[in-house]
Amino acid sequence: MVDFLNPADWVFVWLQTLLFVLLAPLFSGWIKWLKCLLQNRRPPSLLQPYRDLLRLVRKDVLLADNASVLFRGAPYIICGCTVLAASVVPLLVLHQPISAMADVIVLVGLFALARFFLALAGMDVGTAFGGMGSSREMTVSALAEPAMLMVVFTLSMVASSTNLSTLVEHGLQQQSVLRPSILFALIALIMVAIAENARIPVDNPATHLELTMIHEAMILEYSGRHLAMMELASQLKLTTYAVLIIDLFFPWGIAQSASAAGLGMAVVAIAVKLSLLGLLLALGETAVAKMRLFKAPTFLAMSFALAMIGMLSFVILESSK
Amino acid sequence: MSEFSSTLLTAVSFGLLFAAALASMLVGRRRLWITWLVFPLMGFAGLAALLAAGVVLLGNPGFDSTLPLGLPWLPWHLRMDGLSAFFLALIGIGTITSSLFGPGYVREYLRGPYPLGLLGLMTSLFIIGMELVVLADDAFSFMIAWELMSVSSYFLVAYQHHQPANRRAAFLYLLMAQIGAVLILLSFGIFASFGGAFTFDAFRAIQLSPIWASVAFGLGLLGFGMKAGMFPVHAWLPEAHPVAPSHISALMSGVMLKVAIYGFVRLTFDLIGTLYWSWGVVLLIVGSVTALFGVLYALMQNDVKRLLAYSSVENIGIIFIGLGLAVLFIGAGYPKLGSLGLIAALYHALSHALFKSLLFLGAGTILQQTHEHDMGKMGGLIRRMPWTALFFLIGCISISALPPFTGFVSEWLTFQTALQATILESGVLRAVVPITAAMLALTGALAATCFVKLYGIVFLGQPRSRRVKHAREGTSGMLWGQGLLAGLCLLFGILGAPTVAILSRVVAGLTGSHVTSATAHGWLWLTPVAPEVASYSGPMVLFGVTLALLAWGAVYLLLCKHRRLKPIQRGPAWGCGFGRLTPNMQYTGTAFVMPIQQIFRPVWRVHEEQQRELSTELRSHPTQLGYQLQIEDITWRWLYQPVVKLIQASARKVGLLQTGNLRHYLTYSFVTLVVLLWLIS
Repeated sequence: MVDFLNPADWVFVWLQTLLFVLLAPLFSGWIKWLKCLLQNRRPPSLLQPYRDLLRLVRKDVLLADNASVLFRGAPYIICGCTVLAASVVPLLVLHQPISAMADVIVLVGLFALARFFLALAGMDVGTAFGGMGSSREMTVSALAEPAMLMVVFTLSMVASSTNLSTLVEHGLQQQSVLRPSILFALIALIMVAIAENARIPVDNPATHLELTMIHEAMILEYSGRHLAMMELASQLKLTTYAVLIIDLFFPWGIAQSASAAGLGMAVVAIAVKLSLLGLLLALGETAVAKMRLFKAPTFLAMSFALAMIGMLSFVILESSK
Repeated sequence: MSEFSSTLLTAVSFGLLFAAALASMLVGRRRLWITWLVFPLMGFAGLAALLAAGVVLLGNPGFDSTLPLGLPWLPWHLRMDGLSAFFLALIGIGTITSSLFGPGYVREYLRGPYPLGLLGLMTSLFIIGMELVVLADDAFSFMIAWELMSVSSYFLVAYQHHQPANRRAAFLYLLMAQIGAVLILLSFGIFASFGGAFTFDAFRAIQLSPIWASVAFGLGLLGFGMKAGMFPVHAWLPEAHPVAPSHISALMSGVMLKVAIYGFVRLTFDLIGTLYWSWGVVLLIVGSVTALFGVLYALMQNDVKRLLAYSSVENIGIIFIGLGLAVLFIGAGYPKLGSLGLIAALYHALSHALFKSLLFLGAGTILQQTHEHDMGKMGGLIRRMPWTALFFLIGCISISALPPFTGFVSEWLTFQTALQATILESGVLRAVVPITAAMLALTGALAATCFVKLYGIVFLGQPRSRRVKHAREGTSGMLWGQGLLAGLCLLFGILGAPTVAILSRVVAGLTGSHVTSATAHGWLWLTPVAPEVASYSGPMVLFGVTLALLAWGAVYLLLCKHRRLKPIQRGPAWGCGFGRLTPNMQYTGTAFVMPIQQIFRPVWRVHEEQQRELSTELRSHPTQLGYQLQIEDITWRWLYQPVVKLIQASARKVGLLQTGNLRHYLTYSFVTLVVLLWLIS
């Protein structure tokens, strides 16, 4: 807390956030590329998401007749919250001043704020699809968010801190100890991440089939730069979750301070880990079919239960004095 | 000097309220007096109360005085300490905003059948009652003030008494208020019978045995809980809040429930003094059940004010969770963490007072403009009433515990306290606290769903009825009332550290333990335990959100520089090939929460009814479809109806004595006389 006014540190925070934002389309492009290969299709270029975003930004916005101010403001708020959330998660270096500003609970809160506006924006025009998407999204999140918080609580109890940097540092210090609580938390967090980012088996990002879609239904009415921001926000959210999983469970390689050697190492480490995680996601999405919507609550309840078991196994088994 | 000023300001507040009461009695046919005299007087009384409380909260000593009122040998003791001052401030804020809102709102009563003077009189008495409750320093004046508060609010609930449903709701409220008062009286009776005096000073001096202390605690929990809306004795709340005039609902839900919380905190932390961790477990269980139950029922409601009433139940549960953590940690020997829990509970009381008053005032504006209770007839109001929509949105964000608004800080503090459970020795306790945290997390997420539903159905989409289509914005006074509360929601969301510093002083007066670590790093940082454990900076989160928004603005301007700014094109939304969209195509409130209703099915008693009339020519082709859904509170079936049956059955048994035969009555008298003589001898 002492050196949080050091300007050099803040410049670094800005750069890292910028890197995060620039990386997000690449990561989703990478997953798409891998999925195409796995499904025997010809993959688009890795840069395709950037081209899509640019094309959308250049296009004119077309609004529905009765779209309100909230509808127009929501993309900016959603994207802003997601960028802020991403800036809190350590990508390359630990102990940045921004990690004192917001801990993991605030991170969950920022995502929740973005989702709140996303769901409202879906209901604004008054189409059936929008309401349907919002209803489903809020149902999914009503179960996924507590599970996420449980995971966070388990890890914070293990490290006795909710500060992200401290959490990661604690993870670095005890590399080889495989605790049941952490294992449960990892599985639960992966399930939550799948649900929150609208991936298979909970939702399918590639479909516009009315009966199955969740996330896409809410943003159906958006166009032009608004749609670009929504797309960027969801890519960024996916990347943030991926980096969060890496940070919390496989933090090896992240730099403790901003030295050149440490940074280089951190860049390589995060690149390798993100591409591996992307590969796993692509494999999973190719191998598993999307489940029926009514099965999704069971999936989420399971992640909640797993997170809860993880927490209880920590407080009962591991933290005895 | 400062002691004098707080005394003077309190006296001014009471004086203005009495003046308001007097003026209301003289209103008669001069109905506009209520707008120009009674409400301003009340508003200034609220301001005086807020200032009096502010003087004490900023560190000056409170006052202690004895008034020669009441019975000759039982004068009234009034005392203002930090805790009273905090709750007096809540009453002050509530009074100010509802007096700003009131004049515009009662315009529709000006030509109505109900006497406006009565409304003003009862509102003034209600506020006097609440202020006296938090200032009372002996059981006698406390009970009188409590009854004044209950009875005057009964008249306010029953104000629109031409509708039988309102009379029923008011009676239920009065009944439960009286049962609660009896329980509180019994709890005080335990102290009085051991100490022989009625002053709180005497109560504090008594060391009750654990059993008697637990009995006093249990009676107090039930009695104050009944007023606060604790599960399962919350039944009056969803009935009474919707039928009262909206600014009264705001006062009742935003302020009066907090007065009940005050009573409970005073009894537990101050009068009983010695706390046991087992009480904490009871409070945690009660709190989490109340919170979860409240939010699940709120989700299913389609009446705006009823939804808000159930959501009050939820928030009272969250406050009880904070209190439970406080009792548990203090009982287990960690007074510092206990103080933190108490701070979290009080912070949430403050938050709830702000956003629930705001939401009720917003609901009142909608009700006045559209004359609709039912969400199913609303929609699209953001275009008709933009300011109300903005303030209501702030209320919804705050109540969903999202940063950077006030509800988030209090829930964050509660979570931080709960996460310290690892230092407890007992394994059971270490498990109970995290489970409570899980319930709280689930409650928070469901609350967000609930308020997305409320806001989305009421303010967004297309209007579902004609009156809603032509609604207009409320008067400027009504908007100022809401705007003030919305501003405070943001302010207390940002200034977490200074608020916690003040609350820490308040709490230290009760638990004797200062939480200095929470605010040790300046006004920018909130660090409940230590900076490396957890920190939150509301101002910087707000700054970050603003900055991110500005950044997008900059990107947008850079990219658009080369093309001239033209107005955005608009067109009809695609109606899937069926022509234009109609309001009926939108999701309804019931449809919105249907997935959740499927998931948590056993919590409610759901009566579902589907009708379909089939066409005569083509049997598979329905001409008319109908769907009716009723959600019944399970406590009626499992608690209230059995109790009612029991009372009726026993009344019938007792009624057997009443034969109507004179000889039998003479026999009763004779037997009684003999028994009494035998007892005396």
